[in-house]
Amino acid sequence: MLEIKKLNVSVEENKILNDLTLSIKTGEVHAIMGPNGSGKSTIAHTLAGNPNYRVESGSISFNGSDLLDMEPTERSLDGLFLAFQYPIEIPGVTNASYLRQILNSHRKHQGKDPIDAAEFLKLLKEKSAYLKIPMEMHSRFVNTGFSGGEKKKNEVLQMDLLDPKLIIMDETDSGLDVDALKVTADAVNQMKSKNRSLIIVTHYLRLLEYIKPDFVHIFQNGKIIESGDSSLASRIDKEGYE
Amino acid sequence: MNKVSKDNFKQEKYKYGFVTDIESETIPRGLNEDIVRIISKKKNEPEWMLEWRLKAFHRLKSMKMPTWAKVEFDEIDFQSLYYYSSPKGHEDKPKSLDEIDPKLIETYNKLGIPLNEQKMLAGVAVDAVFDSVSVATTFKGKLNELGVIFCPISEAIQKHPELVKKYLGSVIPVTDHFYATLNSAVFTDGSFVYIPKGVRCPMELSTYFRINASETGQFERTLIIADEDSYVSYLEGCTAPMRDENQLHAANVELVALDNAEIKYSTVQNWYPGDENGVGGIYNFVTKRGLCKGKNSKISWTQIETGSAITWKYPSCILRGDNSIGEFYSVAITNNYQQADTGTKMIHLGKNTKSKIISKGISAGKSTNTYRGLVSFHPKAENATNFTQCDSLLVGDKSKANTVPLTENSNNSSSINHEATTSKISEEQLFYCLQRGLNEEEAQSLIVNGFCKEVLQKLPMEFAVEAQKLVSISLEGSVG
Ligand SMILES: Nc1ncnc2c1ncn2[C@@H]1O[C@H](COP(=O)(O)OP(=O)(O)OP(=O)(O)O)[C@@H](O)[C@H]1O
Ligand SMILES: [Mg+2]
Repeated sequence: MLEIKKLNVSVEENKILNDLTLSIKTGEVHAIMGPNGSGKSTIAHTLAGNPNYRVESGSISFNGSDLLDMEPTERSLDGLFLAFQYPIEIPGVTNASYLRQILNSHRKHQGKDPIDAAEFLKLLKEKSAYLKIPMEMHSRFVNTGFSGGEKKKNEVLQMDLLDPKLIIMDETDSGLDVDALKVTADAVNQMKSKNRSLIIVTHYLRLLEYIKPDFVHIFQNGKIIESGDSSLASRIDKEGYE
Repeated sequence: MNKVSKDNFKQEKYKYGFVTDIESETIPRGLNEDIVRIISKKKNEPEWMLEWRLKAFHRLKSMKMPTWAKVEFDEIDFQSLYYYSSPKGHEDKPKSLDEIDPKLIETYNKLGIPLNEQKMLAGVAVDAVFDSVSVATTFKGKLNELGVIFCPISEAIQKHPELVKKYLGSVIPVTDHFYATLNSAVFTDGSFVYIPKGVRCPMELSTYFRINASETGQFERTLIIADEDSYVSYLEGCTAPMRDENQLHAANVELVALDNAEIKYSTVQNWYPGDENGVGGIYNFVTKRGLCKGKNSKISWTQIETGSAITWKYPSCILRGDNSIGEFYSVAITNNYQQADTGTKMIHLGKNTKSKIISKGISAGKSTNTYRGLVSFHPKAENATNFTQCDSLLVGDKSKANTVPLTENSNNSSSINHEATTSKISEEQLFYCLQRGLNEEEAQSLIVNGFCKEVLQKLPMEFAVEAQKLVSISLEGSVG
């Protein structure tokens, strides 16, 4: 599914990722942990194609294609989804119309007709109920004035709607209350499948206890310094990174 | 890497840039007393109207073009223009549908304005002005039953002289400024609306202005009177062919609202903007002014300005009646080499008068977009209030946005609340949308439509969707 080789990435003049190598097979769940500033969001944004993150060298292949050759839009349409650590506000655009537009964009790419209003409303109600998102939130503007937790739930909702092949969740659990964390973890577990891979960036054992990743990687200074199974997460939780 | 190249997006051509191949009646080029007389004669005007025009014409000789706006253009040679052009056979008055030249019907069909009442948008009556004449007015009969007058102004001059005499020039004095005076001398057609006392006009009234003939100026004149306790919503649209020359559209629009009356005036301005190198396009030099004459009256201007090479336009309200309200909602989009200098004046004369200004300027390409506004509280305007919000959005880094808000306050009890922001279209917002599968154009259009939302939702529902599309189309080619 994803093959990252000797990746070096800079932001402005600072080199952030150093010879990062990571391989993820279809159906696997990988967790990434690591201290603040170690480059976790950097790899997430680089995978999504954020132009502020400059790839100096290395390669990334995604389902056999050269990911670095693809525009951000194309990456999304081909099934790569990044749940943002800091979701962006879009004033003046209602969440409902935004969600419908991004869904239709994916449907168009798959050669399907746009979803009609009634059908969309039904789908939205279903998914929102599952994630315990009140429908009123969809008449508000995208993420605008949403609480931290609401923004994160909205990311999970989009993830659910777009049905991606590769999910990158950048600290989606930060800012969620206990109940919301459970709901989110449930949703993620539902999405686990042999056709889908997940990368979960987190600081907390909590989410990982629900989701049970196949691998845990520890980031430091822009590279992986240790990898292991889920017991590694418990160790870090007890002992810290030092 | 990851830089989207411009070539990925082709600029959608201006959809209304075609020319109707139709024989037309013109008069000799140039601006002189004879021309004024010929126009008046073509329109079969009574003597008083001719005198009114001549007064304006003589006054014009000593006036100069205003130069204070932030727009640049080569001097206009007023002697080289044609001041009148009419499709053959339509010089007199609008005919019934089956008498209209089929080419004109086809033209309006192509513009999305079917003149056939069965095919029209339900609830919208249209006056279609083609170059210097009105070629059709729909739903006249239905409106007549309510006493609503909706007709070309040239017809009103003949049929309703008492109303025209009383109100024409009462809001924009004949000698106001160069373009207003020019218009007063040579105006050709536009709409006349009178809503009688106590009537709530049940339809949207609209005028569609089309420029077709080349080297011809269009001098629109519109007059709307809302009598006591009445209400009307009026919308104008405008388009023109794509040409290398610059063409002039100089309009005067006057609104009068009597006691407790309300006028809602919306504009979707989509004149040809010129090409991506700034060649051609309409010079849109327009004077629009509303008088809230009666107490508790209200006038609101909503404008979506996407076209024209140059837009020079300040729809204003004179709040004379106590408790009267003036509003101005504007979206002005400039792309390529377009220039817009637009805004409003709110003149508070009466007690407890209120005004609200919401302006959204979006500049892309190498364009210049200026908001210019004046809020003035006169000594008797006790407890008057104004709220102004001017937001500018820059797309790319070669466009310019300016804000020139002026205030004059001659009393202590009034208050002005002014907010202004300038922002760049945010890369984070764009990237967020791209990450969700929208392409750059879709993402930009989503964000810009969000930015304009507050104004777009003021448009009559029938036109809001069209306006949203127009906002997107106007920005095409500006990504990258
Ligand atoms: N625009 C920028 N300009 C300069 N430095 C940046 C920029 N963006 C990120 N960095 C730096 O890159 C480094 C890695 O940042 P990154 O966001 O990937 O960390 P992280 O591992 O996600 O941290 P956290 O756990 O706090 O989210 C940090 O030192 C950060 O300051
Ligand atoms: Mg981070």
